[in-house]
Amino acid sequence: MRNFLDFEQPIADLEGKIEELRHLADDGEVNIADEIGKLQTKAEKLLRQTYTKLTPWQKVKVARHPDRPHFVDYVHGLIEDFTPLAGDRGFAEDCAILGGMGRFRGHSCVVIGHEKGHDTQSRLKHNFGSARPEGYRKAIRLMELADRFNLPVITLVDTAGAYPGVGAEERGQAEAIARSTEKCLDIKVPLISAIIGEGGSGGAIALATGDSVLMLEHAIYSVISPEGCASILWRSAEHAQAAAEALRLTAQDLLEHKIIDGIVPEPLGGAHRDPAAAIQSMGEALEAELEKVMNMDGGARRARRREKFLAIGRDDH
Amino acid sequence: MNWLTNFVRPKIKALVGGKPDVPDNMWHKCPGCTQMIFHRDLTTNRHVCPHCDHHLRMPLLERMDMLFDNSAYNRIELPKVVSDPLKFRDRKRYTDRLKEARHATGEDDAVIVAHGKIGGSNAVIAGLNFDFMAGSMGTAVGEGIIAAARLAVVQKAPLIVIPASGGARMQESILSLMQMPRTTVAVQEVKEAGLPYIVLLTDPTTGGVSASFAMLGDIQIAEPGCLIGFAGRRVIEQTVREVLPDGFQTAEYLYDHGMIDMVVSRPELKDTLSGMIDLIMNPKPSGEVLPLTRESIEEHLEIPEEDGVDPDEKPIEQPITDAVGPRKAAD
Ligand SMILES: [Zn+2]
Repeated sequence: MRNFLDFEQPIADLEGKIEELRHLADDGEVNIADEIGKLQTKAEKLLRQTYTKLTPWQKVKVARHPDRPHFVDYVHGLIEDFTPLAGDRGFAEDCAILGGMGRFRGHSCVVIGHEKGHDTQSRLKHNFGSARPEGYRKAIRLMELADRFNLPVITLVDTAGAYPGVGAEERGQAEAIARSTEKCLDIKVPLISAIIGEGGSGGAIALATGDSVLMLEHAIYSVISPEGCASILWRSAEHAQAAAEALRLTAQDLLEHKIIDGIVPEPLGGAHRDPAAAIQSMGEALEAELEKVMNMDGGARRARRREKFLAIGRDDH
Repeated sequence: MNWLTNFVRPKIKALVGGKPDVPDNMWHKCPGCTQMIFHRDLTTNRHVCPHCDHHLRMPLLERMDMLFDNSAYNRIELPKVVSDPLKFRDRKRYTDRLKEARHATGEDDAVIVAHGKIGGSNAVIAGLNFDFMAGSMGTAVGEGIIAAARLAVVQKAPLIVIPASGGARMQESILSLMQMPRTTVAVQEVKEAGLPYIVLLTDPTTGGVSASFAMLGDIQIAEPGCLIGFAGRRVIEQTVREVLPDGFQTAEYLYDHGMIDMVVSRPELKDTLSGMIDLIMNPKPSGEVLPLTRESIEEHLEIPEEDGVDPDEKPIEQPITDAVGPRKAAD
């Protein structure tokens, strides 16, 4: 059973009709096949129309879609011999951020990313992808490991934000995020980041300070959630839609402002309609970006990474 | 270096006494003990409540006066940035909010960078002005921190950063978020030049500011009672649905949890800062380099002649620093 978003209702209706007709077609009616074909063309056209002009708020919903592929799906689809590594060595293992070693296109690498979970149980286990300081400290540890063994790092970002909890504050959430961003800017090995769903604020940038930052076509990336922004600036979360527009959180906006380096196309109707295709698409983009920086001298690569961030906003006219 | 001429144009303003006018007979209510304090008493007491020692927010320029030797410092002009790059509008236009903040504070944005001496050593201070849009961090603040870091590197001086910020400048959205890595690069430049990076956390330091340059200090100092944290209280309460512990996110709370080096009350700040800068920047108090010759040995160690040293022995050529002698440097 497919999960439809509210704005997908007309598509859902059409697809429901197609399902019904298919049921009838099983009973041997001949004219029905024609009708199904027509409806399918119509549904696809509608899907294309809807998805080529998604509003920022609609993109927020797509980016958070429960069926959207998550970190573990990308690892499953793209990384061979994945070996998860756990723990921050100080306090705990935080499953909101997963990481480990594996092979990407045959080359050993370190992969780190937020995992949101796909059902109630796994969402609780992964804390909905909202990491505590330990998650960021584990990421730091894994980046150090990568740097030590000259392995490129791939980070996949998908979080509403770092977890706002008492313990998280107590154990230095701010410091952990700051150090993780610092580590991204410190390692000499290649670091390619991709926003695969939600890039939520500091919790995202802590993993997304890469040589190259990619975004999936319908992913979002922002300093604050539209709801949070609305409740502060509009004094009511009901203005989230307006906030989503003002924040310029879409991949298309961010590419225009040179915040990201590339947009990774999603299958028609979004990554959730065809996760395998989305993962494939991401794999190709990651490979291409890695190739650009793989053969650089480590020091030069790091200097280039830092320069890239320093240049942001300077030529933004 | 070209970029230097771009922004390091020392402007010696008549800063002492150049504050916005507040009538002397104005009263302030202390948030700590609710007693009324005369404005004049508050300024002479460095904005510390004379009744309960509560540290009220201190205007940034007064803070610079307090920290630099003889209250003497030069502000540097900061790079101009694109105003309102995203054409942001909530209930108000961002450009209007900026205009209001500029009018109210007489400043371009929320960051001020100055250099002078602290305890006799050159030092650069970058401070955030909470009165300017809650000290929020946008491109201008990021550029200010970067400029301060580069000035520190050029002057081979420590960088002291004094945050006072609600966090990200939401009206600059993603560009505000990008200041986290940008200011981190600035900190790295200072650290990699072998210079100390000291953070003085003041009330409040939260959000994207606390989660970037404000938490990366070689030394982390905080003022008593100030609020330091990543997430806002309200957000945490709504998420965890429990009563927050006493003193949550205060300087003392962070100290108890090992997140900062020290909590220093305002009257002690300058001496503490001077002392630490001196320890790091002048590791050998009598650091003049003396050639180790018979004369210098005799002069400093007072080796008596009758110890049987051969007067024709060649002087040892290797210069050593005078770390052994009891003499203090004249300078
Ligand atoms: Zn008081």
